[in-house]
Amino acid sequence: MIEYTTYEHDVLVIGAGGAGLRAAIEASAAGVSVGLICKSLLGKAHTVMAEGGMAAAMGNVDDRDNWKVHFSDTMRGGQYVNNWRMAELHAKEAPERVRELEAWGAVFDRTKDGKILQRNFGGHRYPRLAHVGDRTGLELIRTLQDHGIHQGIDVHMEVTVISLLKDGDRVVGVFAYEREHGRFRVFKAKAVILATGGVGRAYKITSNSWEGTGDGHALAYHAGAELIDMEFIQFHPTGMVWPPSVRGILVTEGVRGEGGILKNSEGKRFMFDDIPDNYKAQTASDPEEGWRYTQGDKSANRPPELLTRDHVARCINREVKAGRGSPHGGVYLDIAWIKEKLPNASEHIKKKLPSMYHQFMQLANLDITTTPMEVGPTTHYIMGGIRVDADTQASTLPGLYAAGECASGINGANRLGGNSLSDLIVFGKRAGEYAAQFAKENGHGSIDAAQIESEAKRALEPFDREGGENPFVIQNNLQDVMQKLVGIVRLEDEMKEALDGLAKLNERVSRSSVTGNIDFNPGWHTALDLRNLLTVSEAITRSAIERKESRGGQFREDYPDKDPAFAKFNVAVREVDGLMQISHEPIPEMPAELKAVIEEMG
Amino acid sequence: MVDYRTEVSEGMVVLDAVHQIQAESAPDLACRWNCKAGKCGSCSAEINGKPKLMCMTRLDTIDVTKPVTIEPMRAFPPIKDLISDISWNYEVKKRIKKFKPRPPDAADGTWRMQQSDIDRVQEFRKCIECYLCQDVCHVLRDHVKHEEFIGPRFLVYSAALEMHPLDTEDRVDELKDEFGIGYCNITKCCTKVCPEHITITDNAIIPLKERVVDEHYDPLKKLVKLFRRK
Repeated sequence: MIEYTTYEHDVLVIGAGGAGLRAAIEASAAGVSVGLICKSLLGKAHTVMAEGGMAAAMGNVDDRDNWKVHFSDTMRGGQYVNNWRMAELHAKEAPERVRELEAWGAVFDRTKDGKILQRNFGGHRYPRLAHVGDRTGLELIRTLQDHGIHQGIDVHMEVTVISLLKDGDRVVGVFAYEREHGRFRVFKAKAVILATGGVGRAYKITSNSWEGTGDGHALAYHAGAELIDMEFIQFHPTGMVWPPSVRGILVTEGVRGEGGILKNSEGKRFMFDDIPDNYKAQTASDPEEGWRYTQGDKSANRPPELLTRDHVARCINREVKAGRGSPHGGVYLDIAWIKEKLPNASEHIKKKLPSMYHQFMQLANLDITTTPMEVGPTTHYIMGGIRVDADTQASTLPGLYAAGECASGINGANRLGGNSLSDLIVFGKRAGEYAAQFAKENGHGSIDAAQIESEAKRALEPFDREGGENPFVIQNNLQDVMQKLVGIVRLEDEMKEALDGLAKLNERVSRSSVTGNIDFNPGWHTALDLRNLLTVSEAITRSAIERKESRGGQFREDYPDKDPAFAKFNVAVREVDGLMQISHEPIPEMPAELKAVIEEMG
Repeated sequence: MVDYRTEVSEGMVVLDAVHQIQAESAPDLACRWNCKAGKCGSCSAEINGKPKLMCMTRLDTIDVTKPVTIEPMRAFPPIKDLISDISWNYEVKKRIKKFKPRPPDAADGTWRMQQSDIDRVQEFRKCIECYLCQDVCHVLRDHVKHEEFIGPRFLVYSAALEMHPLDTEDRVDELKDEFGIGYCNITKCCTKVCPEHITITDNAIIPLKERVVDEHYDPLKKLVKLFRRK
């Protein structure tokens, strides 16, 4: 018999980043008991890494902004395969969610008339991102954390979920372990919310922390829920490239929002060479106009550096492949040049981009106020995830909800910068609200002891084997496969090779072993995470093979154009008899009033 | 203390060395980390005796011809390898009264604040809760006053609330009595180790001490208080 401790909550939230915290706060405010599981310590989730800001059409800086513009920007950025209802709710509700943060103690940067300041960002027509310097994510998570600890939420820190527990079709709890002593825990819950973030650790070059192993995606998938849009991965155009140990660490889009420009080794500002047709009318015609835009001139259009992330990443990739890259395989991002325009440029940069200044000073020995940075694409975000109902965030399984990056729909084929933090609070709140409602209407289900026994046995297997491979080595190899074969530019043959590679890695995982005991053992934790990484890697690859076109985060060298036939559905994956099954999920017709909004906005 | 050997390459930070050791020879070596960019405050440790973030400490700033020692934060109970039990910090924070804003300034429920009025609070809110300031504070580390003193991190947290232009709560009594602000004798060790360069002592602790003095030791105010109580 396996030993474990049992906990009971009405609503159980898995993940304590922005979405999880916001969900927990909402559920708890609805009067149900709430448990919150953190993979790390509270307040350390990947949300802290978000830099630029949260998009909300408050119109504080430019009063031409409103939800309609935000909605149409989001749909355009997502290349119209978004869940339009989610994009609508997001655009309408984000301003109220941001103001709520202020009521809970957040301290945003201010306009001259004392309102919340908003900044420019890629793909947003007007200055829209509420921000705090370049540490907005930290402000968000700390505000929610400091508010949440007084709400009576039971926080379970350093606990990792191994599987979802089911009673028939319904999700009724989770099986987990705590890191410190490796002991098992069972959480019974009337409703479970997944808010586990992304999958970045499937790639070698990533801006994600060790936690981003696709846990929620894989847990939901193995429980029988549907995932959609898994082929759409966002490669953020500007990650650090040198020195090697910091490769992938994010350089905020805010650098470009403040006037930073991209140049190749020939000193050419290459972004002006390739402006997509559907953005031509919104893009500056020359560098001077671009500069005026970044300085708040309402009559100017944005510089091409602020085109959507998928496009900028591909342009950088093209420059490097054509031999016009920087010495370490990136291109140059130059903010120092603004000294030609501003008398106190150096102080201005340090004030607007303080953590970027320190990050480069400390990690790369480089002063961004005098020297251009070397940057290149880094795996940043997955648009795909658990398929949810737009209004309630309910997954395709009763009792299971999802919010934030692990859920899918709002972003379509490409997410706009700044839409992620607002996604967390808009849909985190909705998930909390509707999960609480479900918990009030339903009792606890029954827990299957046999499922727990078999999950526990499987989890402990790496200790029973001796002389097997080190899980860290397998993880590195997996990252190599995905980086090389299912990266920013994709080909059918290479992706089929990746599937073979993943199958072999799966076998190696089943032979891996760990040393030491179950007390805080990162080798063991990695062995368990590998199952999730393999699941999401396979889902990404199979979905990417299925979408025989290029759109947003998916670029196929063998199908370089957009194909209107592929605009009609989302690629979905589901587990059927232990195998991954692909299907096409038709996108419902957009209602006439939303179509009219898109037409009106041009 | 266990010895490990690993090869150092260009630009490597201490956390890279720990990861390399995990991959090469000790997969069960326990350490906490998340963002690897100095933003989450998880990988705090004592490197050659100095409290630092492992992810922001480059090996080329350390003499690697001699062994580099990496230890967990010593002001908290050890758990395993580089991990210590920092749960006390989470308990302390809960005891501090939460933010309580004044009624909104505008009809739409929003407030107006000038940037110059929030600069100071924003400095405090840069804190990444790495607890290096708690680790280095001799009141906690050497005198183990965890029961009576909340430490620099939570004095900064209190200052951020007390100096928040919208906040209407009063935490001065607790700062004096329960939270032990008097224990701090402004040696500024906390300020020196703060990876976010928050001027903890000068900007947070000293002004809070002044508020305590004003409230409790100013003879005129004391008199007013006396009458108010009646």
